[in-house]
Amino acid sequence: MEETHHWRNIVVLWLVASLIMTPIVIFVIGPGLPPGNGSVEASGQVTDNTVLLATATPVALAVLVYIAYACWAFRERTPEVVLDGPAIRGNSSVQFWWLIVTTTLVLFLAGYGTVRLLADGSGGGQGPNPIAVPSAPNGGKPLVVQVVAQQWQFNYRFPGYGGFETNQIELPENTLVQFNVTSLDVIHSFWAYELGVKADANPGVNNVAYVTTKGPLLFHVRCAELCGVWHGYMFDQGRVVPKAQFAAWIVQQKTKFAPATKTLPPYSKTYFPQPLRRGG
Amino acid sequence: MSATGKRILWTTALAAIVCVAIGLYIGLYLVNVPGSSAAVQTSSGTNLYLATVPAAALNDPHPTWVSYYAVDAGATNWRHVTTYTVPANTLVHVTIYNFDSPSGLRNPWFGQSSGTVGGVMTLDGKTMKGIDPDNASHVFSIPQIGLVIPLDGIAATAKNPCSNAPCSLSNNHTTTTFTFRTPGKGLYRWQCFVPCAAGYIAGFGGPMQTVGYMDGFIKVV
Repeated sequence: MEETHHWRNIVVLWLVASLIMTPIVIFVIGPGLPPGNGSVEASGQVTDNTVLLATATPVALAVLVYIAYACWAFRERTPEVVLDGPAIRGNSSVQFWWLIVTTTLVLFLAGYGTVRLLADGSGGGQGPNPIAVPSAPNGGKPLVVQVVAQQWQFNYRFPGYGGFETNQIELPENTLVQFNVTSLDVIHSFWAYELGVKADANPGVNNVAYVTTKGPLLFHVRCAELCGVWHGYMFDQGRVVPKAQFAAWIVQQKTKFAPATKTLPPYSKTYFPQPLRRGG
Repeated sequence: MSATGKRILWTTALAAIVCVAIGLYIGLYLVNVPGSSAAVQTSSGTNLYLATVPAAALNDPHPTWVSYYAVDAGATNWRHVTTYTVPANTLVHVTIYNFDSPSGLRNPWFGQSSGTVGGVMTLDGKTMKGIDPDNASHVFSIPQIGLVIPLDGIAATAKNPCSNAPCSLSNNHTTTTFTFRTPGKGLYRWQCFVPCAAGYIAGFGGPMQTVGYMDGFIKVV
């Protein structure tokens, strides 16, 4: 068989496999990709993951089809005598197109990722001066929730409601939430999985992340930065609830922790190094 | 026996010894379960008695480390364990004798008690919702069920402080009591939130990072 026929066969096989697999990735596998559709940002991450996977699919298939075809077409048919094959020589045409195609893909993905990040921050921590601020669903200001991490528990402070602090978190549905994430001791990471939020909690730093909630939801919070002996136990659950239910919860928590609120330092974006205490 | 034969024999014997040593190490590690102390059933209900000391017993591997102990009602029978067994879905009355001085809370929020029956605790017989965060010596907290109990420290001017476990109720101490309802069966962790590990960075190394001192488990059965 002529060498050109091999290339033609490989291209045809790759094209067929790609035309079958890429739509499957987009329409069947994509909707089930993490982190789900718990928030606008989480849905955006599902879209991004789908785009990445759909883009990578033809590339992976090209490699797999090439290997499979080579194993089949160039197999040794008379295995009694195994001889070394001819020396492999460069193919400048293949190298050229490989570089062109992969460079184009990488540049496309870099541009796509940048645009997506600048649009709403994609739920990631943006540091103390965020540049990608999503707009609230009904205008207005975001609900500010301070995440205070320490070994080994997350607490939540609500500066818009008197600055009370609680060890639970509930959020209203269809609301833009601004997480101000900080730490009182070592580096932690606030990871609200179903909300698509992940932001490092650094002592002395206010790391801002945004999320726009959707409907009622149970979400899991975990620390995503190895932070000590109980790191594996540093988790809790939160809920996205209807706005009326959130208002009632706020009143209940504010009352419950009123005595503790009196002892707290005034709300601040960071608390480090104060009130760092001596050991012993 | 030929030289090659001897070499094979020695290599095999050495490999066997290494394998047995590894097996023993793994086996001993797996069966080495930390000791535990069960809550006491009395006519008044289920009771758990604990004590906190500024330093563990002198014969402890870490005699300078601050630590929790399991004790009895009169603080006479001291056992260095931090896994406590309690029955599920039951009201448990806990008494903690604290012989240590204050370090102060990094987060004053933990100065308020929560997760107890009525949201209160008693300190030396007086019912209260919390203490001055600056006077906190330790915290007994089970984060998974929202239990937080701050322990008031003894005065710096105490006349008869206890330096190492075991201590006596004749030593200066504070007594904190509270009642909480245990959750369903399972293994829950507890910890202290006061940076009380003297000599370690930010007070959170050593005993704060070691199960058996200022951390442990609540085994609900």
